Amino acid sequence: MASNETRRRRYNVWGKEIEPDFVARPVTPVAGRRAGAAIRIEGLSKSFGDVPVLKGLDLEVPAGQFLAIVGKSGCGKSTLLRLLAGLDQPTSGRISFTAHDDTSRKANARIVFQEPRLLPWARVADNVAVGLGEGAGGSEGRARAEQALDAVQLAEKTGEWPARLSGGQRQRVALARALVSRPDFLALDEPLGALDALTRITMQGLVEQVWQEQGFTALFVTHDVNEAVVLADRVIVLDEGRIALDVAVPQARPRQHGATDLAEIERQLLDAIFRR
Amino acid sequence: MSLVADLPKPIRRAALPFARLHFDGRKLLPFLLPVTVVLVWQLAASAGWISNRLMPAPLDVLKAFWAKLITGELALNIGVSGARAVSGLIVGGSVGFLLGLANGVSKTSFTLTDTTLQMIRTVPNLALIPLVILWFGIGEEAKLFLTSLGVFFPIYLSTLHGVRNVDPQLIEMGRVYGMSRWALFRKVILPGALPSIFVGLRFSLGIMWLTLIVAETMAASAGIGHMANSAREFMMTDVVVLALVIYALLGKLADSIARFLERKTLQWHPAFQPQERA
Ligand SMILES: Nc1ncnc2c1ncn2[C@@H]1O[C@H](COP(=O)(O)OP(=O)(O)OP(=O)(O)O)[C@@H](O)[C@H]1O
Ligand SMILES: [Mg+2]
Repeated sequence: MASNETRRRRYNVWGKEIEPDFVARPVTPVAGRRAGAAIRIEGLSKSFGDVPVLKGLDLEVPAGQFLAIVGKSGCGKSTLLRLLAGLDQPTSGRISFTAHDDTSRKANARIVFQEPRLLPWARVADNVAVGLGEGAGGSEGRARAEQALDAVQLAEKTGEWPARLSGGQRQRVALARALVSRPDFLALDEPLGALDALTRITMQGLVEQVWQEQGFTALFVTHDVNEAVVLADRVIVLDEGRIALDVAVPQARPRQHGATDLAEIERQLLDAIFRR
Repeated sequence: MSLVADLPKPIRRAALPFARLHFDGRKLLPFLLPVTVVLVWQLAASAGWISNRLMPAPLDVLKAFWAKLITGELALNIGVSGARAVSGLIVGGSVGFLLGLANGVSKTSFTLTDTTLQMIRTVPNLALIPLVILWFGIGEEAKLFLTSLGVFFPIYLSTLHGVRNVDPQLIEMGRVYGMSRWALFRKVILPGALPSIFVGLRFSLGIMWLTLIVAETMAASAGIGHMANSAREFMMTDVVVLALVIYALLGKLADSIARFLERKTLQWHPAFQPQERA
């Protein structure tokens, strides 16, 4: 058994024992210091022209929750996420964030896309510093960028060009860029969708780990029901612009891929998606 | 033997018979052909197969070079031509660059000016020479106008193309991450357009020399073109050929500088990255 010091998980994939290419470090839980923002969505609707995509969504996400959204392609997952990230305006309804410490402050929201979207002409550390916004300059920004890179275990790639990284490493840089400003809300739109199966599994461990360390509210869009169940506290199924199912995943972490109690929830979700 | 032992394995096997060539000769290989041509040319001229009136021997060109060099005439003419080239590049290049940026970023600016510019572009700029002489006479303004115009279009088109082809996903990312318009321009749009701008720059350098040569040959009181033209009147073919050689060298120099700048600024680009695994 691996000790608690190095939480090197082994995964059983297609009957083969595999080890991740990097080791998830032990989590230091910060008791009572949840940094997440609570989200409240009321009657949220969005239409493109005459076509309604979201039809009066009501949802409450407590601070620090890891919420996964699954659903068929085109059901409006990305649309919901773009509304939450402020990239689009809703047709009607409202979204409010309540930051954990101070209700008047605007919540610091960040988004991770399916593609890394790194600036090819900026070195890794400078790409991460983009996440700090206008106050990116100076040695403090540099230090924070390096800290964020360390959190995604890419400290040794600080001065590298993005073109020289692997796909999984690029996505980890994108994650660091999102985390460097210590967001209270992180939206991830199929962030692991473009990765191969093995890299996905290690990246899932990493996402879970930084979420546990930093305590932001996470909204994770995925088309992979298994991924949703392994990572999330709660999974909602979106169908025709409405919430078709809303289930809690109470299992203790870290969770094992393929555990039987998770498989039961997975089946339930798939039934809702395909309306069986 | 120790030389061979120091080589990394794959190279050792492939290059063993040519070990000497590999270390001494590889860099000189591109010059093999021109040097041979010059040698054959010199031989043919010495043997009397080529008329000296039509084509001077390389040695005569070298003599002409020396004669012009010690009188200081050569330095003066190169200086004058170089200054004309640089000022044309600066004026035409900066106007083209700024208009390209403006039209790439702003729809209004594009609709307002692009059609007009494209229409002007279809006129070969050398066809404007008679008109330009009527406007400006044969002074420096005429040459500046013609070279600037020649340089303008490649820079304008490549800048416009570069700005328009910046990955929209990166621009959206910049917006989401709260970049101001200026930061978005400086960190995303300009660096993204740079590879295309360099292509335009190198293209415009060719046009710059071409326009300048023609303009100087038509009417000038100094410059390489003037030197060649007055030599023609006295049938001094060696000086005419010398002028050609100098144009070629200046053109090569300008292109090398542009390539050097390109390599320096586009270090991030996969095409310009050193292959580390040798
Ligand atoms: N900008 C837009 N203009 C018009 N229609 C849009 C726009 N964006 C999305 N849509 C439509 O809204 C619907 C939902 O799109 P959305 O991108 O939210 O789906 P999704 O659930 O994220 O799908 P996927 O799993 O394939 O990413 C689709 O039918 C799409 O055609
Ligand atoms: Mg989507």
